[in-house]
Amino acid sequence: MSTILEIKDLNVHYGAIHAIHGINLKVEEGEIVTLIGSNGAGKTTTLHTISGLLKPTSGEIVFKGQPIQGLPAHKIVAQGLAQTPEGRMVFPDLTVGENLEMGAFLRNNKAEIAADLKKMFTLFPRLEERRKQHAGTLSGGEQQMLAIARAYMAKPKLLLLDEPSLGIAPILVQAIFDAIVEINRSGMTVLLVEQNAYAALKIAHRGYVLTTGEIAMQGPSAELISNEEIRKAYLGH
Amino acid sequence: MSEETAYLISDFFTYLLNGVAQGSIYALIALGYTMVYGIIKLINFAHGEFYMIGAFIGYFLISSGLPLYIALPAAMIGSGLVAVSVERLVYRPIRYAGRIPALITALGTSLFFQYLGQGTIGADPKAFPTAFENTTYQVGDVFISKIQIVIFLVTMVLMTGLWYVVTHTKIGKAMRATSFNMNAAELMGINTNRIVSFTFFVGASLAGAAGVLVGMYYNTVEPMMGLIPGLKAFIAAVLGGIGIIPGAVLGGLTLGIAENMVVGFWISTYRDAVAFAILILILLVKPAGLLGTNRKEKV
Repeated sequence: MSTILEIKDLNVHYGAIHAIHGINLKVEEGEIVTLIGSNGAGKTTTLHTISGLLKPTSGEIVFKGQPIQGLPAHKIVAQGLAQTPEGRMVFPDLTVGENLEMGAFLRNNKAEIAADLKKMFTLFPRLEERRKQHAGTLSGGEQQMLAIARAYMAKPKLLLLDEPSLGIAPILVQAIFDAIVEINRSGMTVLLVEQNAYAALKIAHRGYVLTTGEIAMQGPSAELISNEEIRKAYLGH
Repeated sequence: MSEETAYLISDFFTYLLNGVAQGSIYALIALGYTMVYGIIKLINFAHGEFYMIGAFIGYFLISSGLPLYIALPAAMIGSGLVAVSVERLVYRPIRYAGRIPALITALGTSLFFQYLGQGTIGADPKAFPTAFENTTYQVGDVFISKIQIVIFLVTMVLMTGLWYVVTHTKIGKAMRATSFNMNAAELMGINTNRIVSFTFFVGASLAGAAGVLVGMYYNTVEPMMGLIPGLKAFIAAVLGGIGIIPGAVLGGLTLGIAENMVVGFWISTYRDAVAFAILILILLVKPAGLLGTNRKEKV
């Protein structure tokens, strides 16, 4: 296995607020790695810095051996790193089909795009049923499926997912996490940011726990899930 | 039907045609206002000047003997390129500075072009050359001029083209994606700066076309000519719902028809007052505009 993403001593400021304090993180090819932590711990900030929406104050983000910190987001997508935006952000006035087309914005091979579209429709049959519907008319869970499928359509080497369980009916959460496992099995590396620590650790290979901008703990998911402190702080039992 | 009623009806249709012609012009300018607002939430008060620049390009080219079918596209491209430069050099550096600085910058840019025009071309109105022989046709008691027909046709072609680009092309869909949320669009790999440039280009080229059409319709061009139509187009955009493309067309036509009815059946000097009264009324009654929904912004 080779390292696909490595974050070294990353510091990020939000105006005067020092949001991320020198964190280090690694994702190996083929893994599902989860970054868990409570609201305001800095999970989304970390993700946005990786995907280029925020610029770090210092530190390095190395993707496939190349530093990418400070590049504009669209150039990072072109290198093979796609992110589902916080709060899903499906394009409400575009149809489900058009949203997926936007996901594949940088790709030109029509046959390959069509094949991936078919894969996503197999994974999320609801999206196929609603293909011609405006995305704004979808339920929260369906919008989340669309956000994931849309990011997949960029065919990234590394897929960043920002809180896929947020605001989703519990009955759909399992379906969405199953889909993430499925996507990972097809060969895509996944970095999953989650507040729902239990669900995330259950599908991830390794995990990092973020507390007020610092990595408090890290390790294989099985270890974290049985860790007494984590059980108390994040798992509620 | 009495003779008087017959006159009223034919007058009504004549004013309606005048209103649609005037409204088409407003709509063409309003489209750029609304598209730019939709993308970067900027009220570009210099937009009327792109219309003026288009009119002058048309003036110079037609004066030098070129036919309308060359002068019109050239004016559109010229206005578009000026707008792309203005966005790149003036608006982009202050994009995240806040709304008030952006508004003041837009007003400054507008004045810059007005006085640049006065300084270089001169403040006095120029007679727009005739691109073709104008004739007036009479259908029953209703009058319609050849220039009005040209205005309708050009407007229809441009709006159909715009509709096609926005709904059926990749760049048009990327434009709608960017106008919903710039970050989300960036995460698709869309170079949103390029989309902003494209939007300025398209919006200003529509205004440039309107400039040439107005030059032919009213026979004069001058550097301050963008001021009032620019404001009217802004009213049209707000009336239809700013940021909503079909709203600009609806708002432009409504305003043009309302103004011409006022001129025809009431007192012609009330024309501008009525336009601004419509603005105040819509802001009081339905601030989101005729086609606007009060969508709650997610935090």
